[in-house]
Amino acid sequence: MAQRLPGVDVLLVGFGWTGAIMAQELTAAGHDVLAIERGSWRETSTDFAPSFIQDELRYRYHGHLFEQTAQETLTFRNTPDQTALPMRRLGSFLPGTGVGGSILHWNGQAFRFLPYDFEIRRQTAARYGEAMIPPDMTLQDWGVTYDELEPHYTRWEELCGISGQTGNLKGQKQAGGNPFEGPRSKPYPTPPMKQTYGPMLFGEAAASLKLHPFPCPSGNMSQAYTNPLGVSMAPCTYCGFCEKFGCGNYSKASAQTTILPVLMQRKNFTLRTECEVTRINLDGSGAHATGVTYVDAHGNEFEQPAELVIVCAYILHNVHLLMASGIGTRYDPATGQGTLGKNYCYQLTPSVDVFFDDKLLNPFVGAGALGMIVDDWNGDNFDHAGLGFIHGGYIGGYMTTGRPIETELLPEGTPKWGAKWKQAFVKNYLTSMSLSLMGSVMPNKANYLDLDPTYRDVYGRPLMRMTYDFKQNELKLQDFAMGKMVDIANAMKPREIKKSPRGPHYDIAPYQSTHNTGGAIMGVNRRESVVNRYLQHWDVPNLFVVGASAFPHNSGYNPTGTVSALALWAATAIRDQYLKHPGPLVQS
Amino acid sequence: MTLGANTAAAREIKGGVDDPWLPHQADAPVPLENPGFAFFTPAEAAFVQSATERLIPEDDLGPGAKACGVALFIDHQLAGAYGRAGNWYMQGPWAKGEKTQGFQSRMTPADLYRAAIKAIDEHTMSAQGGKLFADLPVEAQDAMLSDLEGGKVDLGGADAKTFFQMLWQNTKEGMFSDPIYGGNKDMAGWKMLGFPGARYNYLDWVDRHGERYDQPPVGIRGRPAWNGAG
Repeated sequence: MAQRLPGVDVLLVGFGWTGAIMAQELTAAGHDVLAIERGSWRETSTDFAPSFIQDELRYRYHGHLFEQTAQETLTFRNTPDQTALPMRRLGSFLPGTGVGGSILHWNGQAFRFLPYDFEIRRQTAARYGEAMIPPDMTLQDWGVTYDELEPHYTRWEELCGISGQTGNLKGQKQAGGNPFEGPRSKPYPTPPMKQTYGPMLFGEAAASLKLHPFPCPSGNMSQAYTNPLGVSMAPCTYCGFCEKFGCGNYSKASAQTTILPVLMQRKNFTLRTECEVTRINLDGSGAHATGVTYVDAHGNEFEQPAELVIVCAYILHNVHLLMASGIGTRYDPATGQGTLGKNYCYQLTPSVDVFFDDKLLNPFVGAGALGMIVDDWNGDNFDHAGLGFIHGGYIGGYMTTGRPIETELLPEGTPKWGAKWKQAFVKNYLTSMSLSLMGSVMPNKANYLDLDPTYRDVYGRPLMRMTYDFKQNELKLQDFAMGKMVDIANAMKPREIKKSPRGPHYDIAPYQSTHNTGGAIMGVNRRESVVNRYLQHWDVPNLFVVGASAFPHNSGYNPTGTVSALALWAATAIRDQYLKHPGPLVQS
Repeated sequence: MTLGANTAAAREIKGGVDDPWLPHQADAPVPLENPGFAFFTPAEAAFVQSATERLIPEDDLGPGAKACGVALFIDHQLAGAYGRAGNWYMQGPWAKGEKTQGFQSRMTPADLYRAAIKAIDEHTMSAQGGKLFADLPVEAQDAMLSDLEGGKVDLGGADAKTFFQMLWQNTKEGMFSDPIYGGNKDMAGWKMLGFPGARYNYLDWVDRHGERYDQPPVGIRGRPAWNGAG
């Protein structure tokens, strides 16, 4: 029997990046906030110390900062006619756990989505006609525009000190930046990172092809920076232990390096760690959340009443928690009815490896967001007529790491092991790099999340079931982008190149990206979406669901910038509108 | 703490009141101190030493897996949480699954190594004139490893492909992970590649395009010269 606790005003489920943003905004406005986090406290100086964080085995392969599948996982299948099986080991994506969440081990690649993304259906139909959108592509507008989100992108970039080269300042194009980006109200807070040899070669090759290379916007600091909360970060040392690792140098934007030092000083903030929320509770009407039930590490169950519940976990757990709580109508791909679990999307990440004879690239001098980008084939930045797909992705020439277990670029035809493998690995290790696509994924009626009929989690709840595969849009995009990557690779004048496409079927084992999106999507009406434009649940107005679960499609960019901008947008609406007059913020 | 004894497994931190940091919280790795095998039997150790040496052999580029202590590294991994699949979802029911559905073995890594090595040695004993894998000529060892890689050997309850993939992954880990875990002896794997190890600051090298990095590697516990090991 759950022990019932005294009620709180605002309750956050999960205390990663969006939880920290939400807690900072609401406590600063004077509200009492309680956050419940399943993992433990984490601190830069102790948990990511530069005396031991550079440990590829422990962090990359044994997943010291990642979620453990023994505790939480999902089942997976490519198509509805297959039997889903548990993801028994992490592979394709690496959700975090603990205070700070997944942003502790992100790369720092800090993009905004295009204005096009937020009105993708309307703009696609306007430019190409409705027939461009296949019947099985459940493409939707987001219900919010780039212009509405712009101040929140800017605030996020200032919180994090994002390093970059502005390409569009209030409609004026800026040399060296991304000419395709939406207009910015302010330049990046800090200048771009210095590029090492590999990205520089990529940039020169792209420019020779009349493309528009620019430095990747980076949450790895190009210089010392103090954010508007008064929290200071240090210059990145290009150590090469960034993505999949915590930063011991206070150089990578995270909850720990930007928000927590201030938030944890506020007496109206309380954090409960090592407690996992298992259910959101509703009253008899089903239209009002009364709080949550959670379980501590000993298995003791508590009922925590709250006036307002804000779900801030990783996207898959946001969706699973709604399903496990029976909130909303689950999506049925056969009928198209229901919304919860709909429009699950991922990312498409083929690459082309480039091998030189005469260029020492020193890949260990790296950072998670160190690289040059071309955005010429992203979004609707180019004419799609006759191509058979919509959207696109950016192509990057990154130099993130030379960690030797993971960094294995080998020419075509190299044996997979033995003496010839060893010779090829040694010969190419210092002189090769990879170009990659951050490819968009469009929603499809057969890609969705629901509950598994067979497998259960440690609390006895059904595991979430993921049904996902690359569809025609992705495969045609890949073919197109592969040709462009090969052109750039050849313009770098290497000895040889190797193409590494994905698919044709999505495989959950190899690491690809942690960019899962969708499942509890935002939108303009309750028939098509789970939450409204402020991330407020259509059915339960005192419940907000924050995170990439709200994305109706996945763009050709890393999602963290947009996750953060949406969190700040939602926090602003909660603070300025909802808490003054609780109730639905959008009438439906 | 406001919730009393029931919350002993959890923590409540009040902003501006409690310090979230706990003494002795630094979570340093546990070095391998025991140079002996903790999991493998002598016969199993002989198999792993000879098999991993075929995967990464000694040649004029540098030492192979055997001299780098890869078998000892794998042994200690299998004796610990990794060997027990301690962090993995291991609830049934079990099915082989599609190629895209990832690891689906009911065997933990420790179980898989134990069963596969036994089956491989039995196989070579009957097919190769009474010889264990470790005693075969290297050409026959390579052929056997290729057959395992291609799933062409019936290992009874163990899946040959799954075992080969695990052995190969663990071999690379033992060759190139920090020496603190028993492999990569004297950082020979890193030296061979030119990887500088656990260094944390390359600011003076960002602009030095195309130059060969000239500092020796360091591990989490320094470098061999610092520890008197040459």
